[in-house]
Amino acid sequence: MKRTNRILTTLIFIFLYIPMVVLIVASFNTGKDITQFESFTFKQYVRLFQDSSLLQLLGNSLIVSILASFCATTFGTVAALGIHNLNPKMRKAAMTLTNIPMTNPDIVTGVSLSLLFVFVGTRMLGQRNSLTFWTLLIAHITFNLPYVILNVMPKLKQMDKSLTDAAMDLGCTPVQAFFRVTLHEIMPGIVSGAIMAFTMSLDDFVISYFVSGLDFVTLPVEIYSYTKKPLQPKIYAMFTLLFLLILVLMIAMNLIQVYGDRKKAHSRTAGI
Amino acid sequence: MSKELIRLQDLTVEFDGERILDGINLYFNDHEFLTLLGPSGCGKTTTLRIIGGFLKPTSGTVTFDGKKVNDVPPYQRQINTVFQRYALFPHLDVYDNIAFGLKVAKLPKDEIKRRVSEMLEIVSLKGYENRSVDSLSGGQQQRVAIARALVNRPKVLLLDEPLAALDLRLRKDMQNELKRIQQATGITFIYVTHDQEEALSMSDTVVVMDKGRIQQIGRPEDIYNEPKNAFVADFIGESNILDGVMLQDYKVRFFGRVFDCVDKGFAPSENVDVVIRPEDIDIVPPEQGHLVGTVTSITFKGLNYDIIVEFKGFKWLIQTTDYHGVGSVIGIRLNPEDIHIMHKSEYSGMFGDYSSYSAEYDELTEDAADEEAE
Ligand SMILES: Nc1ncnc2c1ncn2[C@@H]1O[C@H](COP(=O)(O)OP(=O)(O)O)[C@@H](O)[C@H]1O
Ligand SMILES: [Mg+2]
Repeated sequence: MKRTNRILTTLIFIFLYIPMVVLIVASFNTGKDITQFESFTFKQYVRLFQDSSLLQLLGNSLIVSILASFCATTFGTVAALGIHNLNPKMRKAAMTLTNIPMTNPDIVTGVSLSLLFVFVGTRMLGQRNSLTFWTLLIAHITFNLPYVILNVMPKLKQMDKSLTDAAMDLGCTPVQAFFRVTLHEIMPGIVSGAIMAFTMSLDDFVISYFVSGLDFVTLPVEIYSYTKKPLQPKIYAMFTLLFLLILVLMIAMNLIQVYGDRKKAHSRTAGI
Repeated sequence: MSKELIRLQDLTVEFDGERILDGINLYFNDHEFLTLLGPSGCGKTTTLRIIGGFLKPTSGTVTFDGKKVNDVPPYQRQINTVFQRYALFPHLDVYDNIAFGLKVAKLPKDEIKRRVSEMLEIVSLKGYENRSVDSLSGGQQQRVAIARALVNRPKVLLLDEPLAALDLRLRKDMQNELKRIQQATGITFIYVTHDQEEALSMSDTVVVMDKGRIQQIGRPEDIYNEPKNAFVADFIGESNILDGVMLQDYKVRFFGRVFDCVDKGFAPSENVDVVIRPEDIDIVPPEQGHLVGTVTSITFKGLNYDIIVEFKGFKWLIQTTDYHGVGSVIGIRLNPEDIHIMHKSEYSGMFGDYSSYSAEYDELTEDAADEEAE
């Protein structure tokens, strides 16, 4: 039983990661054909860094992801605080409301946001190009918010409620109490929320496709238009780099959590 | 004469329509050590939170130094609190925890340093400055919490069951320590506990609470010797509580016999509750006794024996230093000052009969109450 279990788990992992392995191998291939590995080369990486339009696209994606995750983290943390301070019934309702957009199909979110932006842009603001960098950014912030709230809420719940009372008892206004005490307590949740928002933003295609205009396009949206022709191998190189970036972020996030838990566990045992 | 510092007037608190505090009227004098005593859930913490400013009463007023402070937030009150579970800041070390209030008040660095080390001295935690608070024992965390509050030199210190989590030995030491600090600093202490012994031994004034109402206010001796109703008599120490009839001043009848007592001022033939403390009862040979009963159980308690004696179906608890085996017949004598008379109250008939008493049962329920309080 245990044996089959272990074999099954291994198989699942192989299955999960084999596409990435294929991609990475392809990025080091001299030949254009993925089905045939000719010889090892860094040439695709050199080409990637010579292709300014591709780098520009990557830059666009990073700008949107960083800005969107930063804003979403700020607003999401504030929203989580607000929700946390509601009475239990309202809190439950608010959490359901934040969860719905996450389970909503991306295409529905994308189309409805697009309709909204076009309506507001052309009808109310009288613009011709209503889909711009800003609509893209707003859309990304919108779909990132629930992930931040979902990561911050449990930390707020875990926090000893009397800590904020204690801070106010010692002279803090509610705002000071937040920055001096609450923020430190919920920091792990904020960090993991921010990382999750960043990765969601970086790889979003569907929503971005509907809300971006012609003058500002992100990497996934542009790549999609390439797929009608065969993909150039330098794109494999870029994907490999992106995969590594996400991998590093995820490992960092896990390390932060493990380290935090261990520190707590360690001090517990020392305390008793 | 010490002056009045805080007054609670007609205070009520309701949560979701449920009345948690019901018409609290209470004042606190400057330099006083006052204890709110009552079973878990009676509203002690709620009362403290109102004084600290963390909770607004549903109705009634809170005055501080003669001014109404209902709407003054906690950070503007000259009050500091030692919270029930200490509420130390986990991300700060011992020094920064204690310095927290002074830093918020933006005091000069060297003054902060001086006052914090002075406090560390007082609570005997010198050398622990850079320790993380999670690495301290319960007793040490307790002392950090006290230092963190006292370093701000408040007019009033609120303490919510500060010793409940400590073991008995440490608790006794800390009781003395707190009493010493209170006397040395002259700060008004408002102390919350469900432990009657702690309340009696530390306080200038004890306020006994139950079900959101004040049952009695008084000096510890008065609360013990002259409980106002069956609840107080039972909660503070052990009591045998019987039905009686007050025939006239200084004469009470119970168990079909008229006894002399020292109480007066009751209506003629008023039905009353009679309290007799187990340690006040004199055991005599049966032929000399006012009442004669049979011992049904005996428990060795160290200083004395607890014996349960049955008188005409009613079981009494008597504390004695002499051994009386189960089944032996004894007499008892009651002196007038051993008898305390109370008006009937909603608590009459609920306490004071030891029919179901067993030493183990008693300890079990006490442990349960302790756990609940934590
Ligand atoms: N925020 C709250 N919402 C609803 N009920 C509460 C709240 N705080 C306290 N209570 C209730 O008020 C009663 C008194 O609580 P508390 O003052 O903490 O008692 P004590 O400190 O004497 O044990 C309890 O029955 C408790 O359940
Ligand atoms: Mg309490």
